[in-house]
Amino acid sequence: MKYVSEYRDADTSRRIAEAIDKAVTRAWAVMEVCGGQTHSIVKNGIDQLLPEEITLIHGPGCPVCVTPLETIDRAIALAKSPDVTFCSFGDMLRVPGSEWDLLSVKAAGGDVRIVYSPMDAVKLSATNPDRQVVFFAVGFETTAPATAIAAHTAREQGLMNFSLLTAHVLVPPAIEAILKSPDCRVQGFLAAGHVCAVMGYTEYEPISAEYKVPIVVTGFEPVDILQGILMCVNQLEEGRADVENQYKRVVQREGNPSARALMNRVYEPCDRKWRGIGTIPGSGLKLREEYAEYDAERKFDLDMRPVEEPSECKAGLVLQGVIKPNECPAFGVQCTPDQPLGAPMVSAEGACAAYYRYRRSNS
Amino acid sequence: MDEPLDFNLTCPAPIRRYPHILLAHGGGGRLMHDLLDSVITPAFKNEILNQGHDSAVLDVPTGRLAFTTDSYVVHPLFFPGGDIGSMAVYGTVNDLAMSGASAVALSVGLILEEGLPMETLWRVVQSIGAAARQCGVRIATGDTKVVERGKGDGVFVNTSGVGVVRSSNVISPAGVLSGDVIIVNGDLGRHGMAVMAVREGLEFESEIDSDSAPVAEAVMALIDAGIDVHCLRDLTRGGLASTVNEIAKASGTGITLEETAVPVRSDVSAACEILGFDPLYVACEGRFAAFVPERDAERAVEIISANSPAEAAVIGRVTGEPPGLVTLTSRIGTRRILDMMSGEQLPRIC
Repeated sequence: MKYVSEYRDADTSRRIAEAIDKAVTRAWAVMEVCGGQTHSIVKNGIDQLLPEEITLIHGPGCPVCVTPLETIDRAIALAKSPDVTFCSFGDMLRVPGSEWDLLSVKAAGGDVRIVYSPMDAVKLSATNPDRQVVFFAVGFETTAPATAIAAHTAREQGLMNFSLLTAHVLVPPAIEAILKSPDCRVQGFLAAGHVCAVMGYTEYEPISAEYKVPIVVTGFEPVDILQGILMCVNQLEEGRADVENQYKRVVQREGNPSARALMNRVYEPCDRKWRGIGTIPGSGLKLREEYAEYDAERKFDLDMRPVEEPSECKAGLVLQGVIKPNECPAFGVQCTPDQPLGAPMVSAEGACAAYYRYRRSNS
Repeated sequence: MDEPLDFNLTCPAPIRRYPHILLAHGGGGRLMHDLLDSVITPAFKNEILNQGHDSAVLDVPTGRLAFTTDSYVVHPLFFPGGDIGSMAVYGTVNDLAMSGASAVALSVGLILEEGLPMETLWRVVQSIGAAARQCGVRIATGDTKVVERGKGDGVFVNTSGVGVVRSSNVISPAGVLSGDVIIVNGDLGRHGMAVMAVREGLEFESEIDSDSAPVAEAVMALIDAGIDVHCLRDLTRGGLASTVNEIAKASGTGITLEETAVPVRSDVSAACEILGFDPLYVACEGRFAAFVPERDAERAVEIISANSPAEAAVIGRVTGEPPGLVTLTSRIGTRRILDMMSGEQLPRIC
């Protein structure tokens, strides 16, 4: 496959790993922000190729994992209402809420649908005028333009039976929150390539300058990630702190201006609670006032109180990179993908799921 | 298939009056007999079924019998490269072949939904009949039920089968030994992606055809050639990854696979990339894994390839340790666990 297979090449991967080995003179801790990168690292065993001086810290970039419990509970409450057709990406369905998950609601007769695109939910609302169609708008800046266009289209078409339960989150405020934390061990970041495909990387430049930390926009295949690490290590060894772009075949400095314009038209930044981490100022997106009628939280009578996390789940520490998934006492014992305690064990981008699937015995 | 099916055939006269299945078509009365006599029995025609008795009486061959059952609920009913009818025959014939048995007789149970177009039923039973003739197996008995509209999804099919075991040794996970070589009879993942592509309305440059096919010929050729087959398993639900995990656990051996040796067509792997699937977990309907001793491996690959529509390939081997665990050597030369599928394969979200 063009643009994929060459980035999975064994010889190229080994060559870059050797270059990293040569460049390293001391220990460095690098965080890959995105859960997609975490999965690629663990699935492909990329860390096995790295010199022991390099520690990879898995970041909080799994949107499913950081969606707070109370939002999941609201989704479940909506999905249980008899006049609601609740649409979601597949990953959210098995995430445990306080008592239920969406799959159980579906099994108990709730109208829960897996869709690949928010526009499928818009279509459903157009063809089912007697149903209230709600789409669970989860994701980083990568999926926000798609949910923005769904809200925009629903408004253009005058669809009054469509709404979004919005839980969008933003990467740069999360990186800043990590850097501000007194326990921060991270010395360099691999920024999430697909987020930057939308947003560009100008917003990372002030962060890199202020905290003197290298940030390398990085792709998802083994060669991408190894190259991202090499670029980051070179900066660290040379004492530089710049924003660099490894993922040039996809990401431009300005990102995708039309997608950003659409996002800005529909959404505005807000404070957002991250599951297991807490509230990060300006780290979420909410619908602007003009789109208030498409906001499920305003449209339906939902319990808006915060909910406490179960104490046995250490997802918060995993999401902040403080512990590795297999250092959690519940890992693989009370908590497995079939019986998850927390979202990182469920999502295709969750660090716990990656460790469980690819390395639970040799860990 | 011997001859292409003419799906433009008009349904027989008495049925034409009823373009859709009614509840009465399963009610035991005249309408049901019309349906059986004009649509179903002619499609399956053979001397045992023609006896029209409550149960089929078969001559029992000497030796061991294999017996299996499977239900088919695929949606959509027709997909590129196959349909629920042929799949229901191949699936059960293939299950018998996995015990080294050659199919003798099948039963066919049809659960029809009220309102199903008669034309659709006609196409399904014609396909069942053609597939049975292709596999040289008789449909000895059957049953038809109709459920109310909304209580089914068009057609569900159950097939059971009996077969005569042709191999002298017992083919089962218990026969797997350390040092065995694992062979697959062709590229993986086509069935799952063909169905998903239709379901999701995806269009690719060339259509992905299902791999749905009978595999008994290849298996019998292995047995006839005296290959010491230790275990056979079809790669249906859960795909290759789940199958080899089942065998590693059942046999108490370790298994290691080479990612680059696993054949996957480039259009299938592209479709998997788009939808967030891993081809190692995608269901096939005409693929199996054979566990044979190293000394027979080369010959087994030749025999399977000569008797299959696709090229066989060695994809891994059985190791003693660690018992019950499957590992994969990745594309970039690192090692990792290849786990059994958990839940359904869920699409990624960003």
